[in-house]
Amino acid sequence: MSDFQIKEAPTVYDVIIIGSGAGGGMAAYELTKAGAKVCLLEAGQHYDPADPKYITQLKWPYQSPRRGANTRYRPFGDFDAAYGGWDIEGEPYTTKGDTKFRWFRSRMLGGRTNHWGRISLRFGPQDFKRRSIDGLGDDWPIGYEEVAPFYDEVDRLIGVFGTNENLPNDPDSIFLPAPKPRLHEMMLLKSNKNLGITTIPSRLSILTKPINDERGVCFYCKQCNRACVAYADFSSSSCLCKPASKTKNMDTIYYAMAREVLTDAKTGLATGVSYVDTLTLEEKTVRGKIVILAASACESARLLLNSKSARFPEGLANSSGVVGKYLHDSTGASRAGIVPALFDRKRYNEDGTGGMHVYSPWWLDNKKLDFPRGYHIEYWGGMGMPAYGFGWGIEDTNGMFPDRNGNKQEAGGYGASLKDDYRRFYGAYIGMAGRGEAVPREDNYCEIDPEQVDKFGIPVLRFHYKWSDYERLQAKHMHETFEQVIRELGGIPMGNKPGADEEYGLNQPGEIIHEVGTIRMGNDTSKSALNKWQQAHDVKNLFVVDAAPFVSQGDKNCTWTILALSMRASRYIVEERKAGNL
Amino acid sequence: MKRRNVLKSIGLSSLGLVGLNPQVKASEILDPTLHPGLAPDDKKKDPEFEQFGRTDYEKARDAKLFAEQFFNKHEMKTISMLVDIIIPRDSRSGSATDAGVPDFIEFMAKDKPELQTPLRGGLTWMDNMMKRSHEQDFISCTAAQRIALVEEIAYPKRKKSGMSQGIAFFSLMRNLTASGFWSSKIGIEDIGYMGNTPNQWDGPPEDVVRQYGL
Repeated sequence: MSDFQIKEAPTVYDVIIIGSGAGGGMAAYELTKAGAKVCLLEAGQHYDPADPKYITQLKWPYQSPRRGANTRYRPFGDFDAAYGGWDIEGEPYTTKGDTKFRWFRSRMLGGRTNHWGRISLRFGPQDFKRRSIDGLGDDWPIGYEEVAPFYDEVDRLIGVFGTNENLPNDPDSIFLPAPKPRLHEMMLLKSNKNLGITTIPSRLSILTKPINDERGVCFYCKQCNRACVAYADFSSSSCLCKPASKTKNMDTIYYAMAREVLTDAKTGLATGVSYVDTLTLEEKTVRGKIVILAASACESARLLLNSKSARFPEGLANSSGVVGKYLHDSTGASRAGIVPALFDRKRYNEDGTGGMHVYSPWWLDNKKLDFPRGYHIEYWGGMGMPAYGFGWGIEDTNGMFPDRNGNKQEAGGYGASLKDDYRRFYGAYIGMAGRGEAVPREDNYCEIDPEQVDKFGIPVLRFHYKWSDYERLQAKHMHETFEQVIRELGGIPMGNKPGADEEYGLNQPGEIIHEVGTIRMGNDTSKSALNKWQQAHDVKNLFVVDAAPFVSQGDKNCTWTILALSMRASRYIVEERKAGNL
Repeated sequence: MKRRNVLKSIGLSSLGLVGLNPQVKASEILDPTLHPGLAPDDKKKDPEFEQFGRTDYEKARDAKLFAEQFFNKHEMKTISMLVDIIIPRDSRSGSATDAGVPDFIEFMAKDKPELQTPLRGGLTWMDNMMKRSHEQDFISCTAAQRIALVEEIAYPKRKKSGMSQGIAFFSLMRNLTASGFWSSKIGIEDIGYMGNTPNQWDGPPEDVVRQYGL
């Protein structure tokens, strides 16, 4: 056989799913359970957090020669579970003009669900109807009521802890018991109350009680980002792909970088997917009756834009021209402080679950503010495990406080008194990050770079993205709030409050890793690529189930909504198939 | 209680009588006594560094870094003296060199090449300063002479003229020393971090809640 021949598998699958993250994992779970023969394409490698060769959980910092510092391969530290990063060898992306966009990718089973903070927030009723509220962006073609039953099912299937608070835009859910707050979180509950900042138990997909016999329960090591040996936190690989494989209805092809969705020139229907085997660089083809994109908002848009044919000259499912446009990430800004009341704390194990035990959902009314959309606040603090970066910058802090004997001391220093400062300040730092909703814009987009290809020969994405005053003024408000929160807690803010010249400390777009909107859904076929079932207007056997279909972001993290909508789209596929429409 | 037993008991207590399979499996996987190769104390040719879920390309890169040497002997000696001035032995714990900080800094200089010039240049800057005033390099000077120079560069707010580069270098050394020391076994024990082990979380201890009036 010639090496240049395109390899074609003889099977025609019922469904091909591209990508194994939250959206692809849920589609795989639902469709294999319904009896469909599924082929799952994953660009990266296999991953199972209970296989000793992958385990980083409960390792000590000194087991890493860099003490947990980040590397190009693990930008969130040497123990983080996600393989890939911002800068993957041979897989570049470019930017247009002075755009600064950063794109985080995970090349592994489960994708980026191996990395995230397990923050599992439902969108609220207002999040689907923003245009009706503030005249900006667009309404979704669906409302909260249509998604709610699927949120309920996701809650039961995957598990999320939290508390019912009867808030208008942060819906109550089917919650497992929330862990008790840590000391600094108890202090925040009290001080934020004085400020009128709603602060409630966080909502994380971590099992505080067993929900089935496939997964264990949390043993409170705070290391969800390292992935859990007991499967007590949600990742698509452990909780969705694994059970999907167990049905024997699914073949998973690893190291498969999708290049193009193939279509029939006559019918215009999708017939399969062409992919590059990343180990051999061979081009291969897999055939299927239905194709589901779940490669991530930007990667799925790239795939459609690269799937050009005589019938689809602007890329597949793109007669509207919207594919790649309306790209938006959550906004982000953060600040830290030090709380003298916590100096010389009593030591005990306060790891708790991964991430924070309390957070602040958006608590204000934008009609009374100079920016249109809200944000939530995530908090950190406590007596964490020391690692690379521990005590870094103490020269900016220790001069502010007298020493143990009440004597004034100079910033910086060395020797016994410095050593003692580290001990005194341990567990006295707190910090917070705002995560807000951006207003989607047509002129924030990704497109195919006219010149560059990746090492697989596939044209790469080029990003164009600018923040507007909507986001800048929101970040300004975040920083004003952060200082209030730190001061009310009795703390001292560290560093400086960023000004207009620094876009009020806004993270660069992409850095919050909540990209959405690039293949949006809608009823108007000239302004959207997908219908309300996430089915392409132009190609009825093509669906998108990652965050690309999102019309807007909400001031929430997107994973729980990806899961609910992927489940909903998958059920629709099964029904349509039974009805003979697909 | 051993990790394994704690984990099993968590599974048992939350389910009544039936242990969760994933919990039992997790307890066996995470129990270092069942996997001697995974024990952090095993010092044979740094196996602990390879045994924590490294990908092949990470293993290859780490092996390459371990095989290289960035700092020469003189620089390593200077680093060792300096880190022990920053974090000395005291009644509670050992010094930075006791905790292996010089080797850690050597590794970081290879791992983050952007550290190389500031570190090598800073060490040379110190030697130059000492040679100018005492005609000897840093390590050959007396302890009092060394401390006299450190006094000049350890306090960033003093703004001593002609010393700003030395101050920046010393801050970097202070920060790297703290990272290396407090993340070592000695440092973790000293600072009193008590986590990284299976347990049950039930809020802060009662006396702590009382202490803070919460």
